[in-house]
Amino acid sequence: MDKANTPEMQMATMPSVDLVSEREAAKKPVLETRNLGINFGGLMAVNGFNMTIDRTEIAGLIGPNGAGKTTCFNLLTKVYQPTDGTILLDGRDTSNMTTVQINKAGIARTFQNIRLFSNLSVEDNVKLGMHNHINYGMWNGILRLPAYWKGEKQAHDKAMELLSIFDMESLAGKRAGSLPYGAQRRLEIVRALATKPLLLLLDEPAAGMNPSETAELMENIVKIRDTFNIAIMLIEHDMNLVMGICEKITVLNFGKIIAKGTPSEIRNNPQVIEAYLGKKREG
Amino acid sequence: MITMKKTTRNNIYTYAFVIVSFIIVQLLINSGNISSSLQGQLVPICAYVILAISLNLTVGILGELSLGHAGFMSVGAFAGVVACISLESIIPITLLRLIVSLIVGALFAGIAGFLIGIPVLRLKGDYLAIVTLAFGEIIKNIINILYVGKDKDGLHFSFLTDSSALNLAEGGRVIIDGPLGITGIPKLSTFTMGFALILITLFIVLNLIDSRSGRAIMALRDNRIAAESVGIHVTKYKLMAFVTSAALAGAAGTLFAMNYSTIIASKFGFNTSILILVFVVLGGLGNIRGSIIAATVLTILPEMLRQFNSYRMLLYAIVLIIIMLATNNDEFKARLRALRERLLPSNHRAGKGGAEDGQS
Repeated sequence: MDKANTPEMQMATMPSVDLVSEREAAKKPVLETRNLGINFGGLMAVNGFNMTIDRTEIAGLIGPNGAGKTTCFNLLTKVYQPTDGTILLDGRDTSNMTTVQINKAGIARTFQNIRLFSNLSVEDNVKLGMHNHINYGMWNGILRLPAYWKGEKQAHDKAMELLSIFDMESLAGKRAGSLPYGAQRRLEIVRALATKPLLLLLDEPAAGMNPSETAELMENIVKIRDTFNIAIMLIEHDMNLVMGICEKITVLNFGKIIAKGTPSEIRNNPQVIEAYLGKKREG
Repeated sequence: MITMKKTTRNNIYTYAFVIVSFIIVQLLINSGNISSSLQGQLVPICAYVILAISLNLTVGILGELSLGHAGFMSVGAFAGVVACISLESIIPITLLRLIVSLIVGALFAGIAGFLIGIPVLRLKGDYLAIVTLAFGEIIKNIINILYVGKDKDGLHFSFLTDSSALNLAEGGRVIIDGPLGITGIPKLSTFTMGFALILITLFIVLNLIDSRSGRAIMALRDNRIAAESVGIHVTKYKLMAFVTSAALAGAAGTLFAMNYSTIIASKFGFNTSILILVFVVLGGLGNIRGSIIAATVLTILPEMLRQFNSYRMLLYAIVLIIIMLATNNDEFKARLRALRERLLPSNHRAGKGGAEDGQS
């Protein structure tokens, strides 16, 4: 395995197992990856990916286009099965889990190219996020037994409460596909939150948003973290957003981590600058 | 809140539409204003309406193209009729026997749907459609070589031979005679029963759609990857829609079969599957009321065109194409609207005003 090549990385690599066990249970990292990698027929799209995310941390994952950021998200949510390494979610090994089980275990995500249930209403999209928290089965639904009315009432109230985070209650009856772009992005976040995650993965949440929308989104991401007490990891190209709200940033290039650290450390890291802007000509 | 959910209101319209249609037809029958050939079509219409609604659950709501729906219909038809004939002495009340037969038909078709669904629903898109087509034909061919008989010892089954292999005791009766199908079916199906079955089908399908499970099924249609990301079990909900659809088709098959004295397996072939699919596509994918109307109109149409004798199917095809264009082609719709505007300018304006009032 290629060893870390920056001092930042060695500093920020995961704490030893002993250290973790010494901490309180509540302080255990919510996510820990060890040597995570995937091999697409000889191409290592992601290689030796080590990172930890603490309970209520906002972490950033940045890197040039094609660096493997979204692939990392797909590995964490088991859209792709990793060919190397392990993922520990809340201390549990997720090796044999499927995407559905990963979600039940506590990871929710949004997508770079929005994936809403576009023919369904905004409210139904949020209710689908709550799918595993609504407790009535097929026959209760068909026969309209009391469990149906109770479950739907609770789901409706909860959906409205979640939509109010982004002031979207008035859009509840609209078709999700008919919403403007920014609202669709926000709805995707609400739907992900409805699954009651421990860790929320946001794939370019600010893409296509104007500066004022982005500023509002930044506030909301912090608000979500504070209200729901969850960890958030985001991929983003908008450096104002990343530097503004992320507590820890991981930089990926060609599938490998080239730097880890706080925003100010990352900003001044020569390798990161090189990855983004290229090498200086003169020596 | 007094304002009703849009889907709830829409569902009430659908129920009301079916009930009002039933009452009108009943009045026509009682006053003798309905031709005997059309009256003979009433039960098949009910069966086709149920088939169209149930297929819409798979094609429109789940979003998977199925070309083998007639297969489930035939499983229901044969299982239901066998149940009906073999229970003749046990349940003398015909209505009760019909209901039991419908349930048996639905149950067997549901089981067939489950067994076929497990391998088929792993596939996607065109592949799934082709495999359902194959399974539809397989069902047809299995029933073609199936021999079932009844005597005092109970039911006897045999494959691939002939009815003598059933070894029936004295006084026994062959029920399914291979490619000759079933003869001497008690004609228990009635228009009222068909109507009741349509209402039950609507109740099941509409309530399923507007519930937690139905949302999950539609989520799979809209975006499978997103559905998995919010923890929706793909196979479970695909199977749920597929099996429900198959079971309802089975009940429709029983209803259909018990309207005739003879049925043969080859009646439920690819052509029938396509016919049902045409109802669904014409009525609009996911549009339950559309399926009902399309199934009714397209079943009556050949009867209406009977006077044109040998041109009947030609006219049927032309009418079908025109309806398809009129309901699904935007350009055609625009031209139709322009034509109407030129012919009836005042009417059009009044209609438009009315629509605006309705919206505000």
